[in-house]
Amino acid sequence: MTVAVKTFARLADAASAVSTERGARFLAGGTLLMRAVNEADPSIETIVRSTDPAFVHVAVSSARVELGAGATMAAILAERELSFLHRVARAVGGPAVREAATVGGNLFAPSPYGDFAVALLALDATVTLAGGYGQRELPLDELLAGRERGASLVSKIAFRRPPGETFRFATVTRVHPKGLSVLSIAALLPLTNARIAGARIAYGAMGHTPLRAKAAERALEGRALDAAGIAPALAVAADGTSPRDDAIASAWWRREILPVHLRRLLLGVDQV
Amino acid sequence: MLEMRKDIFADERDDDLREVGRPTQRQDILGHVTGTSAYYDDHRFANLLHLKVLRSPHAHARIRSIDDAAASRAPGVKRIIRGADVPVNLNTLLSLIQFGKDDEPSLATDTVRYKGEPILAVVATSERAAREALELVRISYDSLPAVFDVEEALKPGAVPVNPAYPKNTFDYHGKYDHQKLRFGDVEAAFAKADMVLEERYQMSPIEHAPTETNGSIAVPDTNGRFTVYTSTQALFFSLDTSAKINAMPSNQLHFVGGTVGGGFGGKVDTLTEPLAILAARLTGAPVRYRLSRHEEMQFGSPRGAERIYIKDGLMRDGRIVARKVRAYFDSGAYTRLSSYAVVKCVAHIPGPYTIPNVHADVYCVFTNRTPATAMRGFGVTALDFALECQMDKGAVAIGMDPLEFRMLNAYRDGDMKAHRRVAKNCALIECAQVAAEKAQWPLREEFRRMSSRKGGGEARPEVVADRSRAPAPAGTPRSPASTPQRVAYDRPQVDAKPPPSPPRDVPSPAGAPPSGSTHGVRRFSSIFGTRRR
Amino acid sequence: MKTPIQLRLNGEEVAAFADDGANLLDVLRESFGDLTVKGGCWQGTCGTCTVLVGGNPRLSCVTLAESCSGNSVETVAGLRRGADLHPLQSAFMEHFAAQCGYCTPGMLMAAKALLDRNPNPTREDVVDAICGNICRCTGYEPIIAAILDAARKGARRSA
Repeated sequence: MTVAVKTFARLADAASAVSTERGARFLAGGTLLMRAVNEADPSIETIVRSTDPAFVHVAVSSARVELGAGATMAAILAERELSFLHRVARAVGGPAVREAATVGGNLFAPSPYGDFAVALLALDATVTLAGGYGQRELPLDELLAGRERGASLVSKIAFRRPPGETFRFATVTRVHPKGLSVLSIAALLPLTNARIAGARIAYGAMGHTPLRAKAAERALEGRALDAAGIAPALAVAADGTSPRDDAIASAWWRREILPVHLRRLLLGVDQV
Repeated sequence: MLEMRKDIFADERDDDLREVGRPTQRQDILGHVTGTSAYYDDHRFANLLHLKVLRSPHAHARIRSIDDAAASRAPGVKRIIRGADVPVNLNTLLSLIQFGKDDEPSLATDTVRYKGEPILAVVATSERAAREALELVRISYDSLPAVFDVEEALKPGAVPVNPAYPKNTFDYHGKYDHQKLRFGDVEAAFAKADMVLEERYQMSPIEHAPTETNGSIAVPDTNGRFTVYTSTQALFFSLDTSAKINAMPSNQLHFVGGTVGGGFGGKVDTLTEPLAILAARLTGAPVRYRLSRHEEMQFGSPRGAERIYIKDGLMRDGRIVARKVRAYFDSGAYTRLSSYAVVKCVAHIPGPYTIPNVHADVYCVFTNRTPATAMRGFGVTALDFALECQMDKGAVAIGMDPLEFRMLNAYRDGDMKAHRRVAKNCALIECAQVAAEKAQWPLREEFRRMSSRKGGGEARPEVVADRSRAPAPAGTPRSPASTPQRVAYDRPQVDAKPPPSPPRDVPSPAGAPPSGSTHGVRRFSSIFGTRRR
Repeated sequence: MKTPIQLRLNGEEVAAFADDGANLLDVLRESFGDLTVKGGCWQGTCGTCTVLVGGNPRLSCVTLAESCSGNSVETVAGLRRGADLHPLQSAFMEHFAAQCGYCTPGMLMAAKALLDRNPNPTREDVVDAICGNICRCTGYEPIIAAILDAARKGARRSA
């Protein structure tokens, strides 16, 4: 038995098909789905895809960024206005993967994949779901918490453009220059009078999905980004995380090195 | 960068090398860069069938029942193969050279002994059809206790893994449960040593991860012959193994290979050919059996895990007077080549160092893990890792430069090795000198002038602790031994002195003991910590 | 079900029917007979099957073949011009950048994607260009040297 492929010109129609067709899965970049298709995953009966230009559209203004969920990592890297995200996009695979891998697909990539979603979580992104009955917006946290349930199609991701140098990202790998993440950290660090006001920190590979470091965020509030100022945040860096053992690293190791790399990120010390 | 150092041992050969030291192009390079080199899967056949195996999800279990009725009716399925269909369903790779007992089935029948062990094969018109049919097979298992640790497997009452070897150890010569090396008297030497250093080393299994996974295509030919295109690294070895398992004369098999997409030892196990040939016989059609990347990584045999304990007796002046090694090779559930790795390991102990007292016990152990096989110097590489870590730790323990520590103890021409062979054509000292020069590693004058051709054939003289170059008396006088065989390329013997026989006891440290305290000797052990005696 | 697939494969218009859901790697090898493309993992992790689609490097094993319909696809089979090797191919030979040869086609295409876009790459650029391609034999250094050398020679030729 082969799978059926259904291609739709409008994303809304594709979304309807995803929610109504038996065993339907949406194909974005294919790096995850085609692997399952190649392995004859019996849960996949229909591949749904869309050629809607809105799906790959990237819009950047001075205040806001809107990424079509089908925008690839290569498209992000081609956009000069998104240079703050280039380090993140480069963390996803090699050049050939970046040509295919999409922003939307990354939200569903199982740990330790999904570094781009970590950045979007720190950026407080909102996702737009295209459904058979119209569009719906929700915060990325919520989508990630329920992403296993599936059956919804992300059409767009939007967030406020981070001012100046307030966004930072680091990934820790065992293989250089490129490897799967032992963990990744993204941080939005707005400063008011040289004090942190409303930091957002997100981790990859520190749990089932990308997750927020809420304890560390709270501990940073009103503090300066220096060794003394960040010490309380480092002490609670691993609070609320639940890393797993996998082929890349043990949960223990991830917890051990997390504060080390969070420290480097917060102090702006270059990652090794 | 390639560099020929012809100045070293220049007097030992004519300077007439035409190939060594000059790059020579591979004969198949043009095919490689144009993508036209034909690997096994680059041959096309009409009506090709595809074979996939069902693998055990359990590390150790009894198979209660197998229901393949639905699978056999699935679309595209041409044939299901069970253990009973395999003509000779028990084999060991090295049975071809009468080494080891037949212990591994091609398809498990009553018991599975590692996670991933093949139980049943589906032959279908496409790989997808075969995979879908496998989903329909129902097997019920009785789970059995499993053992995953080599030392646990040797304890009394441990789970027996492999019925051919009920003690969980490979039988050498039909009666020995391990390989031994004995030279001198290590215990006496430990008692007299200034320091004893004991450490434990553990190597994890390593997958070869060739970019081309294991696979083969068996094609029925006329006259009952089969042509087999294969990724094997060992063409005739795989041919004979396939002939044995299929109970057919080897002249009915024509193996085509030679272009291998990376092997590193991982393509000697004949993982796919026997079943591909059997499937081609049973269906009359060409059959491909190709491991998926997941199968290659999870179930293709790795280099096995090795646990190595090393205990060294050290003198303050840097001499190693005793080395005791105890090692366990994890063969997994069956014998592929780990039994041979143990032999290689013992042959390599104690490393390229002249140590007058050596003692080794090395075991090939069965556990409920993936069977282990050959990989790049297997048996030796893990041991070298352990030995060289031990050398660094030893150097630190006695406060000596690690390179000079190695050079002091390095084999020299005429030294008696623990295997009772006289060392010849030694060059470790010279290699160390060149390495030090390249790395700008400072060596003291006497080490820069050291030579593999000088000072061999007798116990290392004691070095006075303040490192002044006062000559030390030689060790105990030795009785002559038989003259070793020489071949044309051997370096001439350094002096007329006949090679010594192995010492019967520790060479008595002649002369005065090293300066400094002789009591309260520090003993260090990673297992028992530091203590004084 | 079968789906029509039409490509400009190494400059030639080709068409075939392939299974619905077939990946580009299998279609190139089985439908178009281009056996220069090798499969290593069928899961998008090793880079062995790298080809250029519309000039961009893609992992053909996780690319839905029909999504490439109407597009250009380049493989190693199209690198050579008659008897002349592509500068990358010559450089791979000169620098001993292939041993078992299995990753070589993908490596060459990843390198071509780089040089087509950036004729004067730095070592860092080269490393990034092949960072998704696994080679288990060479240790990568000869490959990096070959690509840098091909870039230098290519640049000289066009100058």
